Amino acid sequence: MFSFVLKRTAAAVPVMAMVAIIVFALLRLTPGDPAAIIAGDSATPERLEEIRALMGLDQPILVQLYVWISQLLQGDFGTSLLSGVPVTQMIGQRIGPSLALCLTTITVSVLVAIPLGVLAAWRQGKLLDRFVMSISVLGFSVPVFVSGYLLILFFSLQLRWFPVQGYQPLSAGLWPFLNSLVLPTVALSSVYIALIARITRTSVIEVMNEDFIRTARAKGLGERGVLMGHALGNAAVPIITIIGVGIALLISGVVVTESVFNLPGLGRLVVEAVLARDYPVIQALILLFAFIYILINLVVDVLYTVFDPRIRQ
Amino acid sequence: MKHFFSQKLTANIRLGLLAAVASGALFTTQVQAQTLTAVMHASLRLTDPVVTTAHITRNHGFMIYDTLLATDAENAIRPQMAEKWEVSDDGKTYTFTLRDGLKWHDGAPVTAEDCVASIQRWAQQDKSGQMMSAQMSEIKALDDKRFSMTFKDATDFPLIALSKPSGITPFIMPKRIAETPANQPIKEFVGSGPFKFVESEFRPGLQVVYEKNTDYVPRAEPASGLAGGKVVEVDRVRWVSMPDSMTSVNALINGEIDYLEQMPYDLLPLVQNNPDVKLEVLDEGGYQTVMRLNHLHPPFDDEKVRLAALYAVGQENVMQAMIGNTDYYETCPAVFGCGLPYESRAGEDVSVPANPAKARELLKEAGYNNTPVIILQPTDTPTVNTQPVVIGQALREAGFNVQMQAMDWQTVVTRRAVQAPPSEGGWNIFATNNVMVEALDPLRAFGVAANGKQAWFGWPDVPEIEELRLRFSQTTDTEERKKLADQIQALVIEKGVLLPMGQYYVPAAFRSSISEPLKSPVPVFWGVSKK
Repeated sequence: MFSFVLKRTAAAVPVMAMVAIIVFALLRLTPGDPAAIIAGDSATPERLEEIRALMGLDQPILVQLYVWISQLLQGDFGTSLLSGVPVTQMIGQRIGPSLALCLTTITVSVLVAIPLGVLAAWRQGKLLDRFVMSISVLGFSVPVFVSGYLLILFFSLQLRWFPVQGYQPLSAGLWPFLNSLVLPTVALSSVYIALIARITRTSVIEVMNEDFIRTARAKGLGERGVLMGHALGNAAVPIITIIGVGIALLISGVVVTESVFNLPGLGRLVVEAVLARDYPVIQALILLFAFIYILINLVVDVLYTVFDPRIRQ
Repeated sequence: MKHFFSQKLTANIRLGLLAAVASGALFTTQVQAQTLTAVMHASLRLTDPVVTTAHITRNHGFMIYDTLLATDAENAIRPQMAEKWEVSDDGKTYTFTLRDGLKWHDGAPVTAEDCVASIQRWAQQDKSGQMMSAQMSEIKALDDKRFSMTFKDATDFPLIALSKPSGITPFIMPKRIAETPANQPIKEFVGSGPFKFVESEFRPGLQVVYEKNTDYVPRAEPASGLAGGKVVEVDRVRWVSMPDSMTSVNALINGEIDYLEQMPYDLLPLVQNNPDVKLEVLDEGGYQTVMRLNHLHPPFDDEKVRLAALYAVGQENVMQAMIGNTDYYETCPAVFGCGLPYESRAGEDVSVPANPAKARELLKEAGYNNTPVIILQPTDTPTVNTQPVVIGQALREAGFNVQMQAMDWQTVVTRRAVQAPPSEGGWNIFATNNVMVEALDPLRAFGVAANGKQAWFGWPDVPEIEELRLRFSQTTDTEERKKLADQIQALVIEKGVLLPMGQYYVPAAFRSSISEPLKSPVPVFWGVSKK
């Protein structure tokens, strides 16, 4: 197992290097100019040139790449071109809400979706199955900006149970922390519940048709035992895959949810940085996201071997 | 690997996390009672008001810095940090005396040397400052409280320049900070203004917190515009960023924020009958949306074709598409703004109505050969995404061959600086908006400068306009200035330098639990109390 993890980790290094170079090149090919943002609307061409020179953006691309890679190798992700704040500090400020939202969403999604999926598989073709599947179609068909606003309208503006927006860190207290995450979690997890429930249902149905399930039943095992003891464990691989993908997407791509509920997370940071052409911030974030994807894939692969030892060979 | 994750990296992450935790703790303990929470039009990222013309940075400047002079609600120039100014008999030397009680946020007294250093740094960056410097022969501190500025000729231009409320405002900073090279952002934020910047709670792009400067001595006069007594009535002001306008309006309705700087027109019905929310236009000068043509390349290197384009576009169509609510816009031929000191109706028949027949006639006379007109169309910024569509349609109706190029605003900002032909990455038309306070006279209005490649994007070259602008800066006679402004406007339209496409006003929305904010071209938070 150790050598498996070690090999996968080593393989991640060239992937990260490729990501770094591709992101750097793409950003330089994209039209847009951070100097124009800094200088403002009434800036003259001379003023823009002056700012570009000050930020080193007038240097040849290869020189800029060399400078950036050298900084990276020293653990320096650079500073924001706009605010002058170190990028790592900005990520530190923004990663909390993203992690919190990811954690609550995945927890809620798994806790709700897997039992729903198993139930639907158990009652395949029956009313319960149809009901769960209809709800799941609705879940991933309604975009977060619709469900989010509806939740705000009902639970914030009418019932006044939860705030419209904002994030409270755990240090502000458990209740304020959870209170600020309830609506975004509900809005976002509806999509993941739908997705995971469908995958769970399909996987369990597939496994339920296997010979060993028939054997288990023939040996007199009850339906609950068959489902929980034999079917679910063997249906785990695709479920783990979708959960892994979900976590990675949640950390890097929940811009709409973060905007609707005004959560200061990484998704918003990356959009702000792209719109402002804040190169060091974009580069660091893409590297971070690539790292998270690699890490999650690694964890998912390790879990595969736990649930299906044949994969280890 | 160990090297990769160096101490610097982990220290920065730790610092960020600690700061995030600390901000949470502060949020819960201090945010309620006397904190006024506002959502501004943009997020603050750049904090040096001399390095950028971004309005949010200017607004930040007015929170923590003070100005030597200021304009009041009637646009009259008033002393602010200055107790008084004296002009020599020959009109060439101005002596400013600082008022008593001025202190920096670190407790040190404000001196005349601080003012001299600040003015010198500002004058390197700002157009008015550069113009003033060109006319100035000397600036020097006379003692701790007095400094003088001597000019080659008699002029009142220093008063206009030093009181300018927008663009790059001449904020006064401590000498040690003002000695930072003008093209490099400052790293220390010590002002003498009515609020102090709480650096430990600053989250670029997320929030900025100011606390009351208890050492600030307001002027005795009542606050008016950006002049008068800046009396702070809350302990803290917190600007939070909200990327979604629907969320900010909901937060206002729910009482989670107190003030929304710019209420979106389409969401007005949500608050219009809500007794807890008030709407008010605080910047009565408003905004102007303008069309800019590129004079360097065909077809707009031809004066007749430019005029045809101006005839083609009608203000009412642009305003309807852009604002839609007649309570908040007006058609206005004045390049320097309606209801403002240099209002003129010169060129009205060209700038206000749409006249496609006249445009077609001019195109025929000019022998327009169907050269494509590339219009830059930003799609991500609501305040500038409708004008290009209306312009495009109007030009098509007049017989132009129009090519719309959709892009984000930052690409427009980069692209418009390109002087190459449109077929090689250049452009023909873009539209943008001016805050009237930055365009209310021929010197502040950067869009009317017509000194060729030194001018603003579009690079019009009309020496007569430059001559008139110079005369405007040299005269002190108000009537003469009005005449000159009128002549400049006539030329601006005739030569197709700039097309005003209407004047509009943006209401601010605020909870009735706070007192009505001051009417001012810049959103200010002194004089606002909270129940």
